[in-house]
Amino acid sequence: MKKVVRGFYSVAYSVKLCKPNVICAYPITPQTEIVENLAAMYANGELGDAEYITAESEFGAASILVGASAAGARVFTATCSQGLILMSEVLFNAAGMRLPIVLVNTNRALSAPLSIWNDHQDSMAMRDAGIMQVYVENNQEAHDMIPQAYKVAENKKVLLPFMVCMDGYKLTHAYEPVDLLEQEMVDSFLPPYEPAAYLTTEKPLAFGCYAPPHIYMEFRVAMQQAMERAKEVMLEVFKEWAEVSGRDWGGHITLDFPESKIFVVAMGSVVGLLRKVVEELKSEGLSVGLIKIRTFRPFPVEELREALKDAEKVIVLDRSVSFGYEGPVSIDLKSAIYGYSSAEIYSFAVGLGGRDMPKDFLAKIIRDVAEGKEKPGFAFKGHQEFEEVIP
Amino acid sequence: MVKILIEVRFHGRGGQGAVTAADLLAVAGFKEGYHTLSFPMFGAEKRGTPVVSFLRISDEPIVARDEVYNPDYVVVLDPTVMEAVNVVAGLKRGGMLIANYPKSSEDLKKEVKADEMGIKVATINATKMAMEVLGRPITNTAMVGAFGGATRLISLETLVEVVKEWFKGELAEKNAKLVEEAYRYVMEVCRDED
Repeated sequence: MKKVVRGFYSVAYSVKLCKPNVICAYPITPQTEIVENLAAMYANGELGDAEYITAESEFGAASILVGASAAGARVFTATCSQGLILMSEVLFNAAGMRLPIVLVNTNRALSAPLSIWNDHQDSMAMRDAGIMQVYVENNQEAHDMIPQAYKVAENKKVLLPFMVCMDGYKLTHAYEPVDLLEQEMVDSFLPPYEPAAYLTTEKPLAFGCYAPPHIYMEFRVAMQQAMERAKEVMLEVFKEWAEVSGRDWGGHITLDFPESKIFVVAMGSVVGLLRKVVEELKSEGLSVGLIKIRTFRPFPVEELREALKDAEKVIVLDRSVSFGYEGPVSIDLKSAIYGYSSAEIYSFAVGLGGRDMPKDFLAKIIRDVAEGKEKPGFAFKGHQEFEEVIP
Repeated sequence: MVKILIEVRFHGRGGQGAVTAADLLAVAGFKEGYHTLSFPMFGAEKRGTPVVSFLRISDEPIVARDEVYNPDYVVVLDPTVMEAVNVVAGLKRGGMLIANYPKSSEDLKKEVKADEMGIKVATINATKMAMEVLGRPITNTAMVGAFGGATRLISLETLVEVVKEWFKGELAEKNAKLVEEAYRYVMEVCRDED
């Protein structure tokens, strides 16, 4: 049933339908209302026999979930920003232990200076953890992604954590129409979790134990292979979702106007407005297309090579920076298409710490590149000019 | 199909429910068949500091999540916020300022230079009305009613229904009453103006 709900609720309701066994979290803005909604559902007896555990920190929350997941539970948490990086030590472990934890990251900037607003710096810090990352465009996609996340993560060919990345405030705090899923539909799409191996006194096992040089590397090779298989599993799951829900969100990327000379590449909640801008510029006669990256890890290498093989200019809008180089999406994209495309790459860091990205701002970036007013390479866009005082 | 996109900016002070006002109208607008999107400009909000929230109403799915710079309507929940913030900034020519204001709409028109800007102004003493009905100076539901009465975009019946779903018990009844009073008052004011 389509209903106007807040972003938080669209996630919490979907999590409930996935029947997790253990939910554990620590509050942080702009995530808190997701787990507040789940806590209310738990208190009202709507979560079946799920355990809701409050933790003393994000580090504690992630640790509890590692234990629960290793014991064979389907688990959920949500966090962002400082909370996510406080979880990071545990999350790298969770990936290495091959635990299919599903978490929602309500993307928020990192300190310092302290910012509660949206960008992608937090999830980018988890880039190399072995965690799958999908970025969603609106609250319907966030709602739909939760059951798909469990189905991919728990697939025995994959068994890795899955992080759904949704823009803080822009999505979490927005009220908008969301077609809420039915329990029956989710039940038939997502079977109960059957762990391949789990902690039990009957057949004692250890997770994440000591691996000397003669064996450590094989575990890491296996993680990479799991990520590569995840690419295939995701496509199967995304396709099945499109069939059962009637909503096709596309594959690892979506591509609008494939015959274009210029492409804009972006992730997350800005994509909706960007699509409108691209459509308008297209109708003005500009040869411009749009690529939305949905799965950042595993990275859509082949898809980008194919999409950009004849491109002349590629504009990458990054919501974070790898200081001393450029935006991480841009870095990965360049690496992916190296040798496959001769396109010039325009790498722009935009919208850091919640800096608004109005329609005219986005249109100007594309026009300036099209008209040759920009040089390929890295630049910030949307900041005020200032003179730095060097003491 | 008629292409409608109505953009609204709400100004209030933390604790008065400027965010909830936009959210209530998003829910009500959807019930009337529109696509809606509401979101706050979340700052370091504390009780008493100026806050802003936004609403978009359209007959097609809404993809723009940037802030509203050129609103069709500005709704002000607290008269004192106008001393701290230029609430009519970017308000479209032909647009309307709907304000909780204790003096006459003529006074406010002069204050915001309404004629120069080519904007309409509707005022209501929502604080007084809220004190009488709720016993508290929480003006968001009154201003939801005022928006409904001024714009006639959303029916009174739908607004009352949404307010009754949103609040519980006695608070629901009182807020529904407040919405209705404000709706009818502003509808009359705007009719007199025309």
